[in-house]
Amino acid sequence: MHDKTLAELARGLAAGDFSSRELTTSLLERIKRLDPVLNSFITVTDEQALKEADAADALRHKGEAGILSGLPLAYKDIFCTEGVRTSAGSKMLDNFIAPYNATVVEKLKHAGTVSLGKTNMDEFAMGSSNENSWYGPVKNPWNPTLVPGGSSGGSAAAVAAGFVPAALGTDTGGSIRQPAAFCGITGLKPTYGRVSRYGMIAYASSLDQAGPMARTAEDCAMLMNAMAGHDTRDSTSVSRNVPDYTQGLDKPLNGLKIGLPVEYFGEGLAPEVETAVREAVRVYESLGAQVIEVSLPHTSMAIPAYYVIAPAEASSNLSRYDGVRFGHRCDDPADLEDLYKRTRAEGFGDEVKRRILIGTHTLSEGFFDAYYRKAQQVRRLIRQDFLDAFARVDVLMGPAAPTTAFELGAKADPVQMYLQDIYTIAINLAGIPGISVPAGLVDNRPVGLQILGPHFGEAHLLNVAHVYQQATDWHQRRPEIKE
Amino acid sequence: MQWEVVIGLEVHVQLSTCSKIFSGASTAFGAEPNTQACGIDLGLPGTLPVLNENAVAMAVRFGLAINAEIPEYSVFERKNYFYPDLPKGYQTSQMAHPVVGRGEVDITLGDGTVKTVRIHHAHMEEDAGKSLHEDYSGMTGIDLNRAGTPLLEIVSEPDMHSAEEASAYIRAIHAIVTYLGISDGNMAEGSMRCDVNVSLRPKGQEKLGTRAEIKNVNSFRFVERAIAFEIERQREILEDGGVVIQETRLYNPDLDETRSMRTKEEANDYRYFPCPDLLPLMLDEAYIEHQRSLLPELPSEKRQRFVESLGLSTYDADVLTGSRALAEYFEAVQQHCSDAKLAANWVQGDLLGRLNRDGLDITESPVSAEQLGGLLVRLVDDTINGKGAKQVFADLWERKVETADEIIDARGLKQVTDTGAIESLCDQVIADNPVQVTQYREASEDKRGKMIGFFVGQVMKASRGTANPPQVNAMLKEKLDALL
Repeated sequence: MHDKTLAELARGLAAGDFSSRELTTSLLERIKRLDPVLNSFITVTDEQALKEADAADALRHKGEAGILSGLPLAYKDIFCTEGVRTSAGSKMLDNFIAPYNATVVEKLKHAGTVSLGKTNMDEFAMGSSNENSWYGPVKNPWNPTLVPGGSSGGSAAAVAAGFVPAALGTDTGGSIRQPAAFCGITGLKPTYGRVSRYGMIAYASSLDQAGPMARTAEDCAMLMNAMAGHDTRDSTSVSRNVPDYTQGLDKPLNGLKIGLPVEYFGEGLAPEVETAVREAVRVYESLGAQVIEVSLPHTSMAIPAYYVIAPAEASSNLSRYDGVRFGHRCDDPADLEDLYKRTRAEGFGDEVKRRILIGTHTLSEGFFDAYYRKAQQVRRLIRQDFLDAFARVDVLMGPAAPTTAFELGAKADPVQMYLQDIYTIAINLAGIPGISVPAGLVDNRPVGLQILGPHFGEAHLLNVAHVYQQATDWHQRRPEIKE
Repeated sequence: MQWEVVIGLEVHVQLSTCSKIFSGASTAFGAEPNTQACGIDLGLPGTLPVLNENAVAMAVRFGLAINAEIPEYSVFERKNYFYPDLPKGYQTSQMAHPVVGRGEVDITLGDGTVKTVRIHHAHMEEDAGKSLHEDYSGMTGIDLNRAGTPLLEIVSEPDMHSAEEASAYIRAIHAIVTYLGISDGNMAEGSMRCDVNVSLRPKGQEKLGTRAEIKNVNSFRFVERAIAFEIERQREILEDGGVVIQETRLYNPDLDETRSMRTKEEANDYRYFPCPDLLPLMLDEAYIEHQRSLLPELPSEKRQRFVESLGLSTYDADVLTGSRALAEYFEAVQQHCSDAKLAANWVQGDLLGRLNRDGLDITESPVSAEQLGGLLVRLVDDTINGKGAKQVFADLWERKVETADEIIDARGLKQVTDTGAIESLCDQVIADNPVQVTQYREASEDKRGKMIGFFVGQVMKASRGTANPPQVNAMLKEKLDALL
């Protein structure tokens, strides 16, 4: 059962081939057996999962089951889940049991899904390899010496390993798409404002967005139907009609105009990744698409702008972790300053501290104009690049990451790590949606094709991805995990 | 050297919304600690703010009341600093784009002069919680009930030059916000707090001197005293050839002095930046006009009407418009008895006197406006005289009776206006006091005026206070002058 897609499992449950309890039990056993190798979960909620599975089965018995009823999934440990530890991958929140559910958790729960637990992640979603977790690194299911990508590395690995058919991730600069690429799954970052951020622990509020990670575009569409929509508790969520994302997935791609940004095929791109991506584009051509070259002239400024804006917001968002009301508190503080200093020194990891320092600096008096204001100006230019491109083409395509998954410990230099997000970061700055779909295997390492669309173009992106997945089988490849 | 005092004020007004500025928790005062703080107020991970529309409406109405420009858009920013009663590690406030732009407030000084104080801007922000340093055996308690309470910070230009002006300004702000109903203005409960900026400069110099900021002064009286102290402190420093350092000071009412809290060098860098969780606040013309239509009559308008239509003195008008409740009380009394001056005298004299004596607010008055009006009606129609009215008022105050009319009859206070009855009393008094009559006859004209008071007193006494004094006076004068 662990190889099936969400859609297949939904059909199986509906047909009575198996119950949600059977499915859940089987996956929990697989997690118990294999996750010690991968470390993709921080918390597995067996008991709660079985209860939810039973409730879903009961509902189905009464004929009241919905499409997602009884389907297991997992949440990145950044989504608040009532009564369950929500750590954000940090020692700081190791003892934090959220007293409420995030809006997306509430919605998916309401839809009848069964949560198997909380997945590992880079601390406070800061990282591109999942090596920055207080709970230890996650290993790539394709090869445990490789990273799964980050920051939603646990969710990506859990789906790739067949622990869950789908999981939720968050993406601030590539944190859904890059790990999806590294683990050979499908991951969608929706338009900023499409999915509520309420209850999602903030890293960089103007960039954070939750999204589905699953085997197929169709599965992502099923989840988006439940996740998307306006939330009165999130002022930045957009009040706009939510389409049925599962409708129109098969629409033929004749005449689809694909733009290839020249900047996404330049220096730094691994040749084997470029080959795979260009091959994917040829598949689209064979499906009737037209390909033209476009330019996103401000691409090179995306990483610098991001590393001003995101740390600035983070430095403020993470100020609440002060040892006063919740989370880690140092032992025997001598005074208030000591409480703050030691609590935060002990509770945060190096990368989080680095970004807090950067953000505090760039917002400081005398530096604000040179950094923060300038970065916001660049952000507008980057957004305009995309708007200009989408005036000419329907979607943009390119690699999700410059390389395939790398070895654990290979990127000790933070700047080398930051360059991992070179093709994903601008998308968050522009607020547009992007999806990564499996498009090849090089030395048993998955390659991700990234497809980008205009604001609120998720339905079309899913259609474009789905048709590709009907024509290819990369998304059906499964890693073999040794105990 | 002659020094000129320059004062600017930042007044924090707590807006009287039912719920907080960014959460649904109640803002009611006086609850058990931390019972009115929800996850958003606690800064729980993942929570997000949602702006309270009512708070915006109140801020806009304040802006309209002071003829300020209301910008089309304003922005919430984060003011970052660490403090245990600041749950998120930042205060959501406004900086570069406040909700209320430049405006003006008129203040009336003791001598009746009216002066205009310019308002630089007013911005919305959330209040912090409270640190409780007592009763926790060496630990500090944190109460977050107040955290997230909506505040409007009203920032004046440095247009005031004395403690009296500053005090008049605060009273004017107090009157405006209470008239608008956007704050209860209760300073004791912290609904209004002031930061006072004071500096001195040689008279005639244009450049401002170095200022000291006195934080969190929370009563009209303390504002005056803190400023008075601060002026003297700075004057002494300057006259000794020293320099005032820019710093934040705290006023201690027990010692009646200000004390340094932190200098400019120790000041926080608040690292303001636009709050990414809140969209810019956009206000269109229709919205602003709608808020304008909701404005009540404002103190300055009321004052002018009291003078022009009711014929009150500017002093009376000023006192009576001091708060919306007082003005409304006065107007109700005035409408009842149709005599504005009489109503003004009674409200300012007997009523406010007693209220002050008992430490009561006008809203807590034991005598309602209807009751006082009913009493004054009887004065106007000569049913009772002034002395009787005071007795009735005392009974009303002690809640012995419901209406003036009940007690007038019961106490036999009805004024005797029957000429025959008064005449016989006058004749009796003249007959009973031959010595005084002789003295009267022998006195000079101007002395007689005073001496007649004796006879009036006797007649009033004989009538047990029910005679009409002017009537008695006239009759006695006629009778005594006939004896000359």
